[in-house]
Amino acid sequence: MKVEHLSAFNFASTDLDPSLFLETAASRLAAGGRAVSYFAVPDRAGHRLVLALAFDREGRLEVYSTLFEGPFRALTPSFPQLHLFEREIYEQSGLKPEGHPWLKPIRFNGQGAVPGLADYFTVHGSQVHEVAVGPVHAGVIEPGHFRFQCHGERVFHLEIMLGYQHRGLERKFIGGPDGRSLHYAETLAGDTTIGHAWAYCGAVEALAAVNAPPRAQALRGIMLELERLASHTGDLGALAGDVAFLPTASFCGRLRGELLNMTALVCGNRFGRNMLKPGGVNFDLDFALAKELKLRLENTYRDVENAVSLLWETGSVTDRFEGTGVVPKEVAEGLGLVGPAARASGVGLDTRRNFPAGPYEGFTLGVSGSGDVYSRAYVRWLEIQKSAELVGGWLDALPEGPVAADCGALKPESAAVSLVEGWRGQICHVALTGRDGKFRHYKITDPSFQNWQALAMALRNGEISDFPLCNKSFNLSYCGRDL
Amino acid sequence: MFKAILARVKQGYRTMAFPSPELKLPHRGLGVPLVKSRRLETAAAACPYGAISAGENPGLDLGRCVFCGACAQAAPEAVEFTREYKLCASRRGDLVIGGRDYKRAEALGADLRRLFGRSFKLRQVSAGGCGACEADCNVLQTLAWDLGRFGIQFVASPRHADGLLITGPVTKNMELALRKTYDAVSSPKVVIACGACAIAGGPYAGHDECVGIPPEIPVDLYIPGCPPHPLTILDALLRLIGRIE
Ligand code: SF4
Repeated sequence: MKVEHLSAFNFASTDLDPSLFLETAASRLAAGGRAVSYFAVPDRAGHRLVLALAFDREGRLEVYSTLFEGPFRALTPSFPQLHLFEREIYEQSGLKPEGHPWLKPIRFNGQGAVPGLADYFTVHGSQVHEVAVGPVHAGVIEPGHFRFQCHGERVFHLEIMLGYQHRGLERKFIGGPDGRSLHYAETLAGDTTIGHAWAYCGAVEALAAVNAPPRAQALRGIMLELERLASHTGDLGALAGDVAFLPTASFCGRLRGELLNMTALVCGNRFGRNMLKPGGVNFDLDFALAKELKLRLENTYRDVENAVSLLWETGSVTDRFEGTGVVPKEVAEGLGLVGPAARASGVGLDTRRNFPAGPYEGFTLGVSGSGDVYSRAYVRWLEIQKSAELVGGWLDALPEGPVAADCGALKPESAAVSLVEGWRGQICHVALTGRDGKFRHYKITDPSFQNWQALAMALRNGEISDFPLCNKSFNLSYCGRDL
Repeated sequence: MFKAILARVKQGYRTMAFPSPELKLPHRGLGVPLVKSRRLETAAAACPYGAISAGENPGLDLGRCVFCGACAQAAPEAVEFTREYKLCASRRGDLVIGGRDYKRAEALGADLRRLFGRSFKLRQVSAGGCGACEADCNVLQTLAWDLGRFGIQFVASPRHADGLLITGPVTKNMELALRKTYDAVSSPKVVIACGACAIAGGPYAGHDECVGIPPEIPVDLYIPGCPPHPLTILDALLRLIGRIE
């Protein structure tokens, strides 16, 4: 069933008969659909499978659902983009996707399951060796386990085993919205506070049939782009650090901090906590504050430009970036990758353009690349330029009016899909309400969910010593994926 | 090469002075709260985390607080947040602000200070959470903060460390790794719980999936916040090793 982005629809009308559901899913996926969410909701004696598909070029969303009491046919063999979704369905509901190549747990939240203590994909042969890294890594970073199957320096296969950050956040939305729901969204991935909080607010507002006022929308846009600016700038610095180019590494480390401080200037917190709320935002910008923000952004942007331009002009940097960790376009499309990583492989998906909402009406930016580390770095630089331009424009022309509207009760037995282009890529929240107007189910897809697989693919046949560089070029979230 | 040198000149010297009396949290920032009344019923009702207790012994527990500001909004006459960033304690109980004065963390004993006072190496263990505390620890290593000038450094191996800095609510899935990392640090060792999650679960308090820092891993320093501002973390670390009184 076709649904509108950010508007409530009657959930019951997505129902199909089980065999028709699988048939429709396969034909719509074959027609170019990209799964933005696929999950199981407890329903009577069984589970209801819900599939949300996006047709990016047309900006079209479709949602289908069906009731299963026993196993169902896996679609992963034909559509690898579903592999993690189907594993998740099995892990969360016990509903078995038959014919799935490997139903390994993804978060290890079952009885006695521990990540790291599990079967791995292994390669055998003389001189093939295995390298295990994590969960505790060398740097100050989140935990995850990486298993490399190598021959000398060459990586045949990298398996990424996560789940260490699983804190049971998603199911705590059920029964909400309550006083904690928004904080769950804000801390789902700490560096994407605005992105996820916006996706959450979008879903709630859709279900409450409320529109955040234009001024609130522009302020949200400013905060989201500041988040992107800070992260992209930090990433370019970290990439420079990984190829031992210290000037850009150290300049960008500071500049990222300046950008976080701009976020704090608006809402008091460097990560944008407490800024958004369903219906609008908590903090306004007066003339003086808007002026100060603009000035600081201009100065910082000039320094970012200066620091980043060194990268493209330094042979020792470009030599390491070019041709490293290539993810071809077909792979990116096949795995349903999102965000700058997908765009760097030539996939034309940007939520701000394909599913524009709020201040992004009329957004244009076309970026592309050949899928290597260089492309992932350069795409970030192009996006930094665009974000700075957007923030500047919004600050110059903030719409007048209130910064929040009242957000009342949610429509019962409904659902809404909310998409936001976070700095790592598309964020998808799907909210379902029960008869009482409370969340019956809440499903989150962080961009890292799909994109971790891209890192494994980027390493294939590469050198193990390129791992840190490739990893940084994606800079994925562990907590956003583990939930 | 020439361009890099020019850029270096343009970017300038950026390391901030610390400590310095001018440093404060941003205007809308939430720092040390003031509990202005003994009647905290309204504030307590507004707090989604049970951080405020009303009644006999009214108080605000900084260990549970995620600094959302809901209490101050609901009961401005009872709770007010200042822009003061110095926020840390040596004992869990000292994090409760109520009738008596708030007691900041003290330095380690003279013995440990002699060992760690001028060179303090920490192994950071991220155990659940949202990654924001880690980001604010990382930022201390940038040139703006230059943590190294105080002799403090995050190191790769627990074998090289004098202690652990733990972030996150300690998920079941990270408990084993945390214990192993703790055991790998040689004694005497120091443990720091950084952020609301590590202290009392933070936004995830009460989740079945989170177990908290096990009692066998005694904590020497608590740094509240969600996440704590880098100023707060740096101040707390320097207090611990006796570089700030
Ligand atoms: S600021 Fe802290 S004490 Fe106040 S409501 Fe929020 S969590 Fe509770």
